[in-house]
Amino acid sequence: MSYLENNLRTVPTGPTKLLYLNWPIVLLLATVASVGFLMLYSVAGGSLEPWAEPQMKRFALGLTVMIAAAMVPVWFWRNVSGLAYGVSLLLLLLVEFHGTTGMGAQRWIDLGIIRLQPSELMKITLVMMLAAYYDWLDIGKTSRPLWVIIPLFLIALPTYLVLRQPDLGTSILLVTGGGIIMFLAGVSWWYFVGVVGAGVGAVTAVFSSRGTDWQLIKDYQFRRIDTFLDPASDPLGAGYHITQSKIALGSGGWTGRGFMQGTQSRLNFLPEKHTDFIFTTLAEEFGFVGAFSLLSLYVAVVFFCVVSAIANRDRFGSLVTLGIGATFFLFFAVNMAMVMGLAPVVGVPLPLVSYGGSAMLVLLLGFGIAQSAHVHRPRTR
Amino acid sequence: MNRSPKDLDTSRRRIARRAVILGGLQLGGAGILGWRMRQMQVEQADAFRMLAEENRINMRLIAPPRGLIFDRNGIPLAENAQNYRIVIVREDAGDVDEAIEKLKKLIEIDPMDLERAHRELARRSPFVPVTLTDQRSWEDVALIAVNAPALPGITPDVGLTRNYPLAEDYAHIVGYVGPVSDYDLSRMDDDDPLLQIPKFQIGKTGVEQKYERRLRGKAGARQIEVNAAGRVMRELGRDDGVPGDSIQLTVESRLQNFVEARLGLNESASAVVMDPRNGDLLAVGNAPSFDPNRFVRGISVDGYQELTGNRYRPLGNKAVQGAYPPGSTFKMMVSLAALDAGLLKPEDRFYCGGHTQLGNRRFHCWKRGGHGWVDLEKSLEQSCDVYYYELAQRVGIDRIAATARRFGIGQQMDLPMSAVTAGVMPDRDWIRERYDQSWRVGDSLNAAIGQGYVLASPLQLAVMTSRIATGTRIEPRLVKMVGGVEQAPRGLEPLGFDENHLRVIRDGMHAVSNSARGTAYRSRIDADGRIMAGKTGTSQVRSVVVNNQDVPWEERDHALFVGYAPYDAPSVAVSVVVEHGGGGSSTAAPVARDILLYALYGTLPPLDSYPPEQRGDIETLQSSLTLRQDFRPGNRLSRA
Repeated sequence: MSYLENNLRTVPTGPTKLLYLNWPIVLLLATVASVGFLMLYSVAGGSLEPWAEPQMKRFALGLTVMIAAAMVPVWFWRNVSGLAYGVSLLLLLLVEFHGTTGMGAQRWIDLGIIRLQPSELMKITLVMMLAAYYDWLDIGKTSRPLWVIIPLFLIALPTYLVLRQPDLGTSILLVTGGGIIMFLAGVSWWYFVGVVGAGVGAVTAVFSSRGTDWQLIKDYQFRRIDTFLDPASDPLGAGYHITQSKIALGSGGWTGRGFMQGTQSRLNFLPEKHTDFIFTTLAEEFGFVGAFSLLSLYVAVVFFCVVSAIANRDRFGSLVTLGIGATFFLFFAVNMAMVMGLAPVVGVPLPLVSYGGSAMLVLLLGFGIAQSAHVHRPRTR
Repeated sequence: MNRSPKDLDTSRRRIARRAVILGGLQLGGAGILGWRMRQMQVEQADAFRMLAEENRINMRLIAPPRGLIFDRNGIPLAENAQNYRIVIVREDAGDVDEAIEKLKKLIEIDPMDLERAHRELARRSPFVPVTLTDQRSWEDVALIAVNAPALPGITPDVGLTRNYPLAEDYAHIVGYVGPVSDYDLSRMDDDDPLLQIPKFQIGKTGVEQKYERRLRGKAGARQIEVNAAGRVMRELGRDDGVPGDSIQLTVESRLQNFVEARLGLNESASAVVMDPRNGDLLAVGNAPSFDPNRFVRGISVDGYQELTGNRYRPLGNKAVQGAYPPGSTFKMMVSLAALDAGLLKPEDRFYCGGHTQLGNRRFHCWKRGGHGWVDLEKSLEQSCDVYYYELAQRVGIDRIAATARRFGIGQQMDLPMSAVTAGVMPDRDWIRERYDQSWRVGDSLNAAIGQGYVLASPLQLAVMTSRIATGTRIEPRLVKMVGGVEQAPRGLEPLGFDENHLRVIRDGMHAVSNSARGTAYRSRIDADGRIMAGKTGTSQVRSVVVNNQDVPWEERDHALFVGYAPYDAPSVAVSVVVEHGGGGSSTAAPVARDILLYALYGTLPPLDSYPPEQRGDIETLQSSLTLRQDFRPGNRLSRA
């Protein structure tokens, strides 16, 4: 037990733990969430309804969940990692049969209070599972083929289920997030070279499957890729979203068109402006200054995660913090790249800003675990 | 599991090393995002801003009110009437079918209109008003307004549409408007954005077509902000455009109405009434006529086929488009040509034995027994053909043609009406070009009595008569004023013919209707100071003369008459052509006399202006005419 090998007496206990939270991250997350409230207020035409107020309530709940999770000793989280992963997997299987279809994909389980997206939960539990796995694994075995295949399998299982929903965005996040943990754990560079090669092969396979009986992804996903590669080919059809998004973003200029003055969002030229495309509205109304500031806030969150992880001598704590940070990074990077026309439209929300309950709750739970790792990190006198 | 501190240390360092690498990659990724933001929001901001503005701002054209058309006294002939429509907005109506059912209980709606409305409702956005029915009465509108609470989404609406209050009377002069078609666009070479408005009304015939550019006005525009679905959010700017210019015609509506009614007593006839002093066209009549309002509202296929299939050609403006052999009305041209060339003296006489022998062909006079010795005045009075057969041989076709052209025959008149014909004034050059033949003397003989190749329109005959009556080069004028600018009369200068020669011709024409042996003596005017001079004409449609009563309508002779009055101070000239009407003296002359009298009196003439023995018949005729009484007072335009 790695944490027993360190001096437990240095770990804070009781309410004093609150003082040892990674407060910069808490404040940064709260700031980012506030930007979200502002934008949700704006896209609703200057109204707390229907998005801003529920989002605030959810963030309050999420903040509570995060602090509560941070109070729980990190070894508990390590011990339940396997269980959490298993439950997430079960839930994914459940939506396969009983899920509610939203936006053409089976994603939700209605739990009465909230509608849970198991795929969201899986993003965090996969990180926990892999962190726990490498915490357990003998360091010398890290790069041995058998012990590389096991985490690959752990990643592939949920990815396959998510892909079947179908949710291309989340599958990409799962694979990339999982790969990052393996990379951090010290898996040999050669495997990654191999994976890149295999990736090229996979992409080729996906594209060559188009129009055949064994087509690997849905037609609409192919169309989105086509649109990404050449948005101008279909400006009023599938390319409409990305074209309008780029117009809105670019027209923001240096300082934007002013709060609630964005013509593109106000006149409904933007699609899904309260969810996946909310960054576009921000960029239109607050310009380069606003957009770059939000990007800086996100980068700062990731930076504090990396600093916390490097300072943490506990392997699980370090990996889980980096994993959560990396997942967070992937969220906003993919979303921003998407609305700026650098990536295909795959349906990844902007973390803490896009309207959506379960994604925010799960993300804050993840940060709670990272905070727990921070609070309960081994300390030497 | 036990782990050595050394192992742990190695692991920690490896994680830290790879965490730094990951952090670096993430920073790089964020850098790309920041660079992309800068590229789009700073470097390309202007281009994107423009695209955003294009997205949101639409230009909507505002059609200016079309210019009005008035008669010479300011009576409106073409106006923009309020068109009451009933429109429905889908999103306000809730259940569209239920709302329409309720509406149908209140007012009657054409099922065809409803069908079209349903199609449009299915296609349009829910907030776009769709017309259920138009051209409704004010009563219908009031009914809808009163029942508004029970008819959600259904509202009365008002637009402008062209209306021709005098309907049939001006169908051929004013013409009509209709929705612009692809064919119009390809033909007009006009880049006015108004033409892109669906169903925009443009002039299709007559003055409406010829003065289209002036009547249309200049488009206004509304700058509006629209959302992605095309819903109008607000108006950003507005320019109302310039209304079309109004036009005043020279036509006198009461006379025009009388002419139409009088011509209507025949199957198919046309007439032109002209003021020889200034060229004003006082009336241009065609019978039968049609209601141009039917075309504005959209004529049914059956209705249109009925008009095009009618053997009396109601759609044709025969007064300017019809080319007829002028018959004996052409004889003035032949005698003038001879006088002008010095080849004839008025007192020169020819002997009419009933025919002229040319080689082995015989050219008959209409009077089989012959006229005996005939001088110029008698030749006109009794319309002796043999006299003109002789003249034609003496003068030759080229001189006749040159003279006739100076009087307007074969000339294209510059009038804003559709398909104005130039007619035909043949000569040696013409027949060579047209038929690659040489002119034969026989052709001259036929031409001398207005047969053969010679063709003239009633308009040309009226112009010819005016020029004879005044000796000026007078040109016809239909438009008196455009956009408040007076159109000057043209051709007031002398024609250049010897006044003595013209007087001889006028004396002949006087004899036609005033001497007891004149061909139009029966149609004389018996009122001092309003004496008529004229010339009858009967032009053959077939070469063999038979009794007109025995042949089908299409093969009967055309009846013509040209004349003017008062004889000593001409103020009205007229030409009448009754298609297949029989004889000029029996059919056309009475019509021309009635028209001249109406024009001179400005109303139905008193019976004592007619010869005593005819007054009974005239009274019957006058009372059989249905004349329009509902002339609206002229408006503020200048009165003539």
